Amino acid sequence: MEVRVQNLRKEFGRFPALDDVSLDIRSGELIALLGPSGSGKTTLLRLVAGLESPTEGMIFFGDEDASKKTVQERNIGFVFQHYALFRHMTVLDNVAFGLKVRPASKRPPVAEIRRRALDLLELVQLSGLEKRYPAQLSGGQRQRVALARAMAVQPNVLLLDEPFGALDAQVRKELRKWLREIHDRTGYTTIFVTHDQEEALELADRVVVLSKGAIEQVGTPDEIYDHPVSPFVYGFIGQSNCLEVTLASGEIWFEDRPIGLRAANEADGPATLYFRPHDVELIDGLSGCLAGLVTASRRVGGTRHLELNLGRAPPVEIELSPERASSSNHGRIAFRPSKWKLFRNGQKVGGTSPSKVENLFALRR
Amino acid sequence: MALDSGSASSTTNLVKAATSESRFARTILIVIALGFVVLFLLLPLATVFIEALRKGPAEFLMALEDPETFSAVLLTLTVAGIAVPLNLVFGVAAAWAIAKFEFKGKAFLTTLIDLPFSVSPVISGLVFVLLFGANSALGPILQSYGVQILFAVPGLVLATVFVTFPFVARELIPLMQEQGTSDEEAALSLGATGWQTFWHVTLPNIKWGLLYGVLLCNARAMGEFGAVSVVSGHIRGQTNTMPLQVEILYNEYNFVAAFAVAALLALLALVTLVLKTALELRYSDEIAASRKH
Amino acid sequence: MAFRSSSTRWRFRQPSVIPGFGLALGVTLTWLTLIVLIPISGLIWRSSGLGWSKFIELTLDPRTVNALTISFGTAFIAAIINLVFGVVLAWVLVRYRFPGKRVIDAMVDLPFALPTAVAGIALTTLYAPNGWIGSLLEPLGIKIAFTPAGIVVALVFVGLPFVVRTVQPIMEEIDKEVEEAAATLGANRLQTISRVLLPGLLPAGLTGFALAFARGVGEYGSVIFIAGNLPYVSEIAPLLIIIRLEEFNYPAATAIASVMLLLSFIMLLVINMIQAWSRGRYGNGA
Repeated sequence: MEVRVQNLRKEFGRFPALDDVSLDIRSGELIALLGPSGSGKTTLLRLVAGLESPTEGMIFFGDEDASKKTVQERNIGFVFQHYALFRHMTVLDNVAFGLKVRPASKRPPVAEIRRRALDLLELVQLSGLEKRYPAQLSGGQRQRVALARAMAVQPNVLLLDEPFGALDAQVRKELRKWLREIHDRTGYTTIFVTHDQEEALELADRVVVLSKGAIEQVGTPDEIYDHPVSPFVYGFIGQSNCLEVTLASGEIWFEDRPIGLRAANEADGPATLYFRPHDVELIDGLSGCLAGLVTASRRVGGTRHLELNLGRAPPVEIELSPERASSSNHGRIAFRPSKWKLFRNGQKVGGTSPSKVENLFALRR
Repeated sequence: MALDSGSASSTTNLVKAATSESRFARTILIVIALGFVVLFLLLPLATVFIEALRKGPAEFLMALEDPETFSAVLLTLTVAGIAVPLNLVFGVAAAWAIAKFEFKGKAFLTTLIDLPFSVSPVISGLVFVLLFGANSALGPILQSYGVQILFAVPGLVLATVFVTFPFVARELIPLMQEQGTSDEEAALSLGATGWQTFWHVTLPNIKWGLLYGVLLCNARAMGEFGAVSVVSGHIRGQTNTMPLQVEILYNEYNFVAAFAVAALLALLALVTLVLKTALELRYSDEIAASRKH
Repeated sequence: MAFRSSSTRWRFRQPSVIPGFGLALGVTLTWLTLIVLIPISGLIWRSSGLGWSKFIELTLDPRTVNALTISFGTAFIAAIINLVFGVVLAWVLVRYRFPGKRVIDAMVDLPFALPTAVAGIALTTLYAPNGWIGSLLEPLGIKIAFTPAGIVVALVFVGLPFVVRTVQPIMEEIDKEVEEAAATLGANRLQTISRVLLPGLLPAGLTGFALAFARGVGEYGSVIFIAGNLPYVSEIAPLLIIIRLEEFNYPAATAIASVMLLLSFIMLLVINMIQAWSRGRYGNGA
């Protein structure tokens, strides 16, 4: 079932939690709403669910206007961060609940309800636990029951609100992989909210990055990471360095020297340069590069992170393989970003463009 | 969990329907609840004061100045004045033993402490009659020494102490269990003696629970009827507490006087409630822990 | 020096640096023994001194049986009334806002604070044929005062706070998300309340019911004014105990008291079992 959100606006009192948000979600897609707290991602989710009502705007499920429907009528599945399981019902009764409360005309027979619930429990790998009570389960098990319960009603769309937020890191990782598998098997349109960009990039078909009630960018994880369209996205996703530079006749200058990067056809004046720590190449020589003194060096996993002092600007971090790091002169390092973007007043004005290979990969998804 | 205030659009009404009752249902429920409270709580309370003042404030004051009533008031104050401090000390000791230490039989001890709470007041009085009455083992012995328990003040005190026994302990035990032992251990590690630790560390921590327990204990001590009725012998001017005096006056059809004394007791109850609410409002966290009982 | 493992020795209590255990426990046990244990065992000793057959004979005396039936029956009805209305009252206090809510919330504790004799005469005056409420019901042929109905009214007053105060904290902790979850699954408001919320309140409601019931069985002061106290009709067991005492019929008084004590003890056990059972199944907070 496709979900379409059109010019959605939500105010709480005077405070606009969402401002003119429009989004098209394809049927069967697994899409992530990603952003810091206060970005409006949970509000958007709850508006789609019908747990809040929009101040302005419309919501469509397929061709039908869902804005007029109550949450009960929308036939959605919602999974809460703290599971919200019914404590006084067994696991089986929890999963079967959505089917049991249907009006008599739409309710399947008792035996059928039980069979469907048991099938779902098997799908989420909790067979044998149907007589337990939620208090007797672990956090990961509870969340799986919550998901089975949400899927029992064969929802138009599955909505997950930071579903792994309350779990330990290890359980979180396992459930992430498992959620993707379940999604691929069942094919429900799924929207999930998270503030963890690793989770979003790992799981989703597409990612929606939100900030302060507005959509910053929508795209595949590759697009979001490699080609962020705004300073916010660049800074929020992955690691980045940010330098104040000046443009002069298309040449980019940092402090008082050119750094070997060009942005043709752009007006002179100040701008902000963004690049990621691992997108750098070392330069021999003194001109056409960024240079600084190493102030700290840390081994992180399989690479070395070097902190460089470039002068008056805040320190910059670059990532090198351990061999390159040790072979260069320890005191002073000269480098140039290989992939970078230039922003002026929040607008992208220059940068590297996707290579042909990258474009091919993007089309595959 | 108050209701949201939302805009008046029709979609908002749809959303509110998901997690709250219709306005109609809400109103009905509020009316039923309020009706119940008015009928069973407010009307009786109002009746006390209305009946006390039925013949005008002059009669009311005269009833209170009656010498028998006056001695009843004194007796009530005396009995409560002995029972409450005794049970206060006991409550603190019991809570200290139970909350700060781990030992076998704790649950059993707590149940025993709760015993007077679940026993009918008349039975609470009966046990003392059996113990000190004319054909008991102890009664005649004490009589020969000139010690009168039943039908005298000591009996009243004993019965009241029995009935109000658990109040302070019940408030303090969960509170002190919540608070744990870390504060006391810290004080001891800094060189304080046991008593210093108790006075300067434990007491300030429990003061609101203590006050709460004393309030309830006092209200019950002054208002106890059944147990005291059994042991008192109803000797006017000597062994009548205020509640017993109320009974006597009422049975003599001296309604205004009965309600006048009752009004005093009701005032005491209201003061207790006000103090209790004030305590709860100001120190809700600490008191919430003791509510878990 | 050989090291002896402490786990092999039976310990009465865990060692601790905190002083005063001996003193505190000593005071506690002494006071407990003097005030509670000796008197209660006096009762038990006296009633066991009757011998079984005499005990049964006294207990099965028709007037006694009647008094016990009245005490337990009226207490049961009053506890049911308090259960139903107490849940409604707790719901309204926890979830709605209305003027005077704070005052009403505080007033719920009135039966705890008000002396029973005061409540007794006030209720009698209200429900007597010439009282405010009694005079309204008289033309309808409904008599409250001086009948068992009056006893029920008095016991409703006395037991009112028990259900409300036991259920309130549970209601306050109801997770809004659970209600939202039920709604997302298609349940309408009535289904959510009856299938999801109310069952969650069952353990607390049962506890409150049992507490109100236990309190009602032993109640004396608020009942004897309104009851009429007619033997075999509206005479409660505590009153019968007093009557027997005044007749110096100590065996009978002792027997009745023992039966009541036994039944109260069973109630206490039931309450504790309910709480333990629900904690095991549902986790804490139920």
